[in-house]
Amino acid sequence: MHTNVSISLNVKGFAKTLRKDRWWLYPGLVVFGLTGFLVYGFWSAWQADFYWYSAGQEGFGGYLAPFYSPLVFIKEGVVGAAPMSHSILGAWPSWWPSWIPPSPSLLILAIPGIFRFTCYYYRKSYYRAFTGTPPACAVGSIPRKGKSGYKGETGLMQVQNLHRYAMYFAMLFIIIFFYDAYLSFFRSGEFGIGVGSILLLGNPILLGCYVFGCHSLRHLLGGSRDCYSCSMGGQIAHKNGKVITWLNERHELFAWLSLIWIMFADFYVRMISMGYLTDLNTWGI
Amino acid sequence: MAKRIFQIFRGDSENGVLVNFETEVKEGMVVLDVILEIQAEQANDLAIRWNCKAGKCGSCSVEINGKPKLSCMTRMNEYFSDQTITITPLKAFPVIKDLVTDVSWNYEQNKKIKPVKLAPESKSEKGYVMYQEDVERVQEFRKCIECYLCQNVCHILRDHDKKDKFIGPRYMIRVSSLEMHPLDIEDRIPELKKDYGSGMCNITHCCTDVCPENIKITDNGIIPLKERVVDRFYDPITIIKRKIFGKKKKRLPPF
Repeated sequence: MHTNVSISLNVKGFAKTLRKDRWWLYPGLVVFGLTGFLVYGFWSAWQADFYWYSAGQEGFGGYLAPFYSPLVFIKEGVVGAAPMSHSILGAWPSWWPSWIPPSPSLLILAIPGIFRFTCYYYRKSYYRAFTGTPPACAVGSIPRKGKSGYKGETGLMQVQNLHRYAMYFAMLFIIIFFYDAYLSFFRSGEFGIGVGSILLLGNPILLGCYVFGCHSLRHLLGGSRDCYSCSMGGQIAHKNGKVITWLNERHELFAWLSLIWIMFADFYVRMISMGYLTDLNTWGI
Repeated sequence: MAKRIFQIFRGDSENGVLVNFETEVKEGMVVLDVILEIQAEQANDLAIRWNCKAGKCGSCSVEINGKPKLSCMTRMNEYFSDQTITITPLKAFPVIKDLVTDVSWNYEQNKKIKPVKLAPESKSEKGYVMYQEDVERVQEFRKCIECYLCQNVCHILRDHDKKDKFIGPRYMIRVSSLEMHPLDIEDRIPELKKDYGSGMCNITHCCTDVCPENIKITDNGIIPLKERVVDRFYDPITIIKRKIFGKKKKRLPPF
């Protein structure tokens, strides 16, 4: 026999809900995925070594771990470091504080970091998973106390409007990663294919699918227009918009695929550079 | 055919009870059918607002097992046969009685939005001329049935009670449909930032998730509006461009 239950609809509080499904699964997976990525990313960046593999060959070609690309400066004498010819600005600067490892990754990590942090998809995922505003739809948000309570993206979080600029830099990274992929198909100037080449080629392709589905890019390349029939430019924007919209509808998918792929590619290069794994390739070295 | 247990909210904004009902569920029934059957056989004074029973009038919005849904479009076979179904009114709005809420706050938000202002020169002998490619974005927003499920699930209104700061997803969509209209020349961007509260939205996509018309409220409506606010107030390049060259005159479709 079931008894009637008194209920107040005005009950507010974190995770309060009448939902009976596994609403906690999505935020749980996001916490797991993003924490794993951040921990690995900072660990890898802090190592400052074993980010290059060319099987000891000096000529053109080799694998560069994507977390270390582009190489702004290179510290000489580090094990698993790229040859100095790959450095954009030359040798490691003397002013670098001694307590921070001389890692090229630490110099560039902020750019993709800001792009992903301010991305409209990731905002959804971490607002749900980390700040609980809300943890899931129709599930109680973490109550905001203080002067005016919840402010959304008006106060400090206006910083999210940097996304457009981060997107321009992310475009540069696609070009750089394609160059790294090109580099990975050569060993001492000889063309070949290795598992690392495939991983390093997949990286800019997936990153490209993610970046070209960006909401800011969609706005800049056509979304800001109200009239497409007015000019030739409008008609081109309308056609391009369909491709960008297709990618935009899969923004979440490519956000995760590109994130996991870049992490795996970085890990793979590190492992073969350290000698823990053997790269299968057509060079036979 | 089996007897199923339902917990239905009975009461008002102050006091309420989840009352148990046991009724037979036949094949093909939707949740609204069950509510109406209980109303006819067991609780004649049970209040439920409904009209078309076809998912087009937006009247029968309730929360079923905590999820905002149209009761006429929620089939009973979506739930396990031994599962108790809990039906409550929309949480973001004051309850009038049982499952009926007072959604009049929404009508007030609608009045805040500057109405359409068509460019006078856009009227030709043939009337107002528009092309499919110019209006297809807006057509998506016109599918809205004003069920207010998006307004109800929006945590800014539901949990944080910032009804004075944000007009809600439904009206962001209305602003989108006007702002993106090829013939409209009204400027709503300053109001969008200041009065409509575009910055309050943290794009968690719940409005999109619950929309029964599958309107991509966040991706196609709110985010493009946020980007227009960035153009106007945050992007130094577009701000300087506007200062030097002046405000761009809206181009109209060819007649």
